[in-house]
Amino acid sequence: MSSNAETLDATVLPPRGETTRARWWRYLKRDKKALGGLIVLVVLVVTALFADYIAPYDPNAMDYDMIGEPSLAHPLGTDDLGRDLLSRLIHGTQVSLFVGLSTVAIALVAGVLMGVAAGYFGGWIDHIIMRYIDLQWAFPNFIIAVYLVAVFGTGLSNVIVAVSLAFLDDFARIARGMVLSIKEEQYVAAARVVGCSNWRIMWRHILPNATAPLIVQATVSVSYAILAEASLSFLGLGVEADTPTWGLILADARSFISRAWWLGVYPGVAIMITVLAINFLGDTLRDILDVREAKDVGH
Amino acid sequence: MTRYIAKRLLGALVVMWAVATLVFIMLRAVPGDPLEAMLFDSGAGPETIAVLRAKYGLDDPLYIQYGKYFVNVVQGDLGSSIYGSRVPVTQIITESLPRTLSLAGLSFIVALVIAIPAGLISAIKRHSWYDHGFTFFAFLGLSMPDFWVGILLIIVFAANLQWLPAIGYQPLSEGFWPWFKHLILPSIAVGTAFSAIVARMIRSSMLEVLKMDYMNVARSKGLLEPRLVMVHAFPNALIPVVTVMGIAFALLMAGAVVVENVFAIKGLGRVLIQGILNRDYPVVQGAILVVSAIFVLTNLVVDVLYAVIDPRIRFE
Repeated sequence: MSSNAETLDATVLPPRGETTRARWWRYLKRDKKALGGLIVLVVLVVTALFADYIAPYDPNAMDYDMIGEPSLAHPLGTDDLGRDLLSRLIHGTQVSLFVGLSTVAIALVAGVLMGVAAGYFGGWIDHIIMRYIDLQWAFPNFIIAVYLVAVFGTGLSNVIVAVSLAFLDDFARIARGMVLSIKEEQYVAAARVVGCSNWRIMWRHILPNATAPLIVQATVSVSYAILAEASLSFLGLGVEADTPTWGLILADARSFISRAWWLGVYPGVAIMITVLAINFLGDTLRDILDVREAKDVGH
Repeated sequence: MTRYIAKRLLGALVVMWAVATLVFIMLRAVPGDPLEAMLFDSGAGPETIAVLRAKYGLDDPLYIQYGKYFVNVVQGDLGSSIYGSRVPVTQIITESLPRTLSLAGLSFIVALVIAIPAGLISAIKRHSWYDHGFTFFAFLGLSMPDFWVGILLIIVFAANLQWLPAIGYQPLSEGFWPWFKHLILPSIAVGTAFSAIVARMIRSSMLEVLKMDYMNVARSKGLLEPRLVMVHAFPNALIPVVTVMGIAFALLMAGAVVVENVFAIKGLGRVLIQGILNRDYPVVQGAILVVSAIFVLTNLVVDVLYAVIDPRIRFE
């Protein structure tokens, strides 16, 4: 946490003429927990991309070995329909990562557009956008996602829309705040004097200077989006019933956990490892980029 | 102070109005209306649907529907469930609300009991193995989905050790122990992430305070460490903590919504989720309104509390 920033800053002076990439790499190498997080994430992405080849069984193939304890044939055991838990978890990686990344990407783009427009133009545009953002800000992101699913209905695409919208306000707020502080800088005035268009000033001169807090927020948000998807699926509000997702596997396991602990334990471990890896990485990013304000609570 | 509270109260009312209106508009903007959902399996013909639509005022123009809905809501009438015995939504909510508030409240206490000593000790014994261990557990706590913590607790304490019941709820009127016994596992499940956040906050704000000049003065007066920490540092370290309390308590309510479903506690969250799954619009609408009202009220209380603790805030 804060101790990282202090020890890192105090003990190493950056070599002269160091490139950005070299600096990032140096931080990562020093910070074992971020490096660990990164490695875990790479493994997860590879798992998601090649799930069909990695998984030992078809995730929906049933077997007579129902509620089988972990064994050589089924390392993590089988569920009530005799499906291999490991294979289902491997396929579940796809949904989790896809929802986590796509929702944050959408929220980031839409939120930044709103925030930049509000901050740059001010006036009634700012007023309307900010009233909406303030309204959403009064509630935790997850609750907003539940409300939106209540309106749109369940299913993968609706979950993506709901979670994206639920996370939008965080990005809009940061983008607006950054624009407001950068707008007054001399170089923006200079750009305006030489005749740059509003659009060009926003994207070429203002936004690049607002990336650091947005990157940190995006990282933190991915982990909360993954938790939100898992929770929605667990509640039955998420993806369709036969899709193997971590939340849904846990929901199905509920009736059997008294005799099959593995069904209740492993899917949660998968969620925890993923979220932990992202949080470790996010924490280090926060130190590298020296961002203090990313919203830390509210999945 | 009164003016400040009045101003904030007005703001809260505006937010509630906005939520009620947005929910009204959005539930009607999506394709399909409650009647179609309700009669989906009943095989009712178009004539029956038309008659029922007239009966419930669903063929009125939108602004008339909105006006009726608004007047009803203000009078505390949230309609009734479209299922079975058509129980009034207000009744469903009055029954479920104490359960959710019990759970959220107890989680709050459980979380603080863990977070305050954890945060204090790791700030005082900074960089010790305790501090590092705690930091790791805080990360862990933030990364575990609350419903999964609930499942783990059931596996260990209900299924295997059989110390505590796995599901259900007993009202406080049945006695403290039956109530507490049913809520202790859910409260831990809901409170884990919350306690990690609060402990982190207490740690960093304690570290700030311990660096202050007045702490050196107090120390040079020869005050003993415990008094120094508890009387001089801790109360000041609480100020920034109170601001996150609002967000964190909201988080707790959100957690309760999910965790109730793990422990089959028929609280607000379960009512809301069941309503969504059954497409029971009046119930969904009512539950959203009440859940929102709790959040808005919490924000209000926290803001006022903050103004009491730190008078500089008030007159801005």
